[in-house]
Amino acid sequence: MTRYAMVVDLRRCVGCQTCTAACRLANATPPGVQWRRVVDMEVGTYPDVRRAFVPVGCMHCDEPPCMAVCPSTATRKRDDGIVTIDYDICIGCAYCAVACPYQARYKVEKPLYAYGEEPTENEAERDDPRRIGVSTKCTFCVDKIDAGLAKGLTPGKDPEATPACVNSCIADALHFGDLEDPDSNVSRLLAENSHFRMHEELGTGPNLYYLWDQP
Amino acid sequence: MIALSPAQQSYWDWRAASNFLGGGAGGGLLIAAALDAVFLGSDFRIAALIALGLIGWGLFSVWMEIGRPFRFLNVFRNPKTSWMSREAYAALPLFAFGLASVAFASIWVLVLAAGFAAVFLYCQARILFASKGIVAWREAAIVPLIVATGLAEGSALLVAIAALSGAPVLLPAVLTIAFAVARSAAFQTYRHRLEGQSLPAQLRAALGGLAGLTRSLGLAGAGASIVVGVVFYPALAGTALLIAGALAALAGGWLLKFRLVCRFAHVQGIAIAHTPARGGGAAGPAIKPGWTP
Repeated sequence: MTRYAMVVDLRRCVGCQTCTAACRLANATPPGVQWRRVVDMEVGTYPDVRRAFVPVGCMHCDEPPCMAVCPSTATRKRDDGIVTIDYDICIGCAYCAVACPYQARYKVEKPLYAYGEEPTENEAERDDPRRIGVSTKCTFCVDKIDAGLAKGLTPGKDPEATPACVNSCIADALHFGDLEDPDSNVSRLLAENSHFRMHEELGTGPNLYYLWDQP
Repeated sequence: MIALSPAQQSYWDWRAASNFLGGGAGGGLLIAAALDAVFLGSDFRIAALIALGLIGWGLFSVWMEIGRPFRFLNVFRNPKTSWMSREAYAALPLFAFGLASVAFASIWVLVLAAGFAAVFLYCQARILFASKGIVAWREAAIVPLIVATGLAEGSALLVAIAALSGAPVLLPAVLTIAFAVARSAAFQTYRHRLEGQSLPAQLRAALGGLAGLTRSLGLAGAGASIVVGVVFYPALAGTALLIAGALAALAGGWLLKFRLVCRFAHVQGIAIAHTPARGGGAAGPAIKPGWTP
């Protein structure tokens, strides 16, 4: 069995938003839609101030609340753990969006482009009209993963089979791999570092882990 | 835009809220009309048609909001886990039996419709409860609250319909007051349970105002006006007081649900359990902006 997960090393993330840009480029998401983004969080008062840059997005939960509430079965969870949306079935009710505790889902009512009325070359090539009026979110670049697996590549290890955000990270803060493989990069990182998951108390079982310290 | 602190959700607007307004009041009206017909043999046909109209308005409003309206039949695909699918399934026999009860003037077909109206009302409550992303909705006490307010709104509408048509008003009035009391109790339980947990600061501040609104429009407005109205009915003053009380009870429920969907539906926000240890430093505290303990 396979269970894909992402590991984010908060000690390394510098908030450069390269992953955000890479995701935007790879998926041609419209303005206002950011499947991967990095939030800037701060706590404390001078002189004891702490700051953290936190990459967020779909957590591809073990118990995705979005899937349970979806009336059309458009939202599904694959055997490898990736939560997908079938754009051809989705009715765009946004019930999944209100059910998601991570604000991971977006719905765009009409085509929007980054620069004016016409799409850029990249948008023209990668935009998908099926994504209008339906729910969209991070897919863990599932098409890349599937294409890479078909070539015998290893997601998380071979860039051609790894999500764009992970490939682009300049600080080696993002990692992707199979949690069911004890020798994978993500498994070793979790074993060797202290980690937490966001909103874990809600019982969603998110598959995006945040490293914060040595064990 | 992603909200770091809990902020009002932007996915569902007045159109989604209308489903809960119309569906709740319509479902409650169908149930109240069935009770009135069974125990007093009242003519239920106008009330049943108004109820179906309200439920239909709610469903049409939601249809206007979905991004792919002509795929609406896909809403039936997931009754296994989705309360929205189950609500849609309940609507089918609700309308079928409701229309048949009017066409054949059958009380017992109306009772069947009322049974499905109860299921429909329950499904609406569970739709909200299943939304883990919204702090105010995932409290379990919202389920009896939504059911109780639907029953109160529907009974109140029956009071108004009966008063306007010169029909007996005592049973509808008793139902309205009983369900308004139940709604008030359900709201107090809901509020108490919410206030006992960590909440977004905005939601905690808003709960007090919501309580005052519910209290004034619910018990004070509906109860007093309806009780006095019954005493003086069928005189004009009594009729006017009954209708005013009914509208107050209805308005209380509708404002409560509109605010729950469109004003107090705060998303979870972003939180981290630890700030990271950077370089040679130590890790730091959690960050959970916008919440009160």
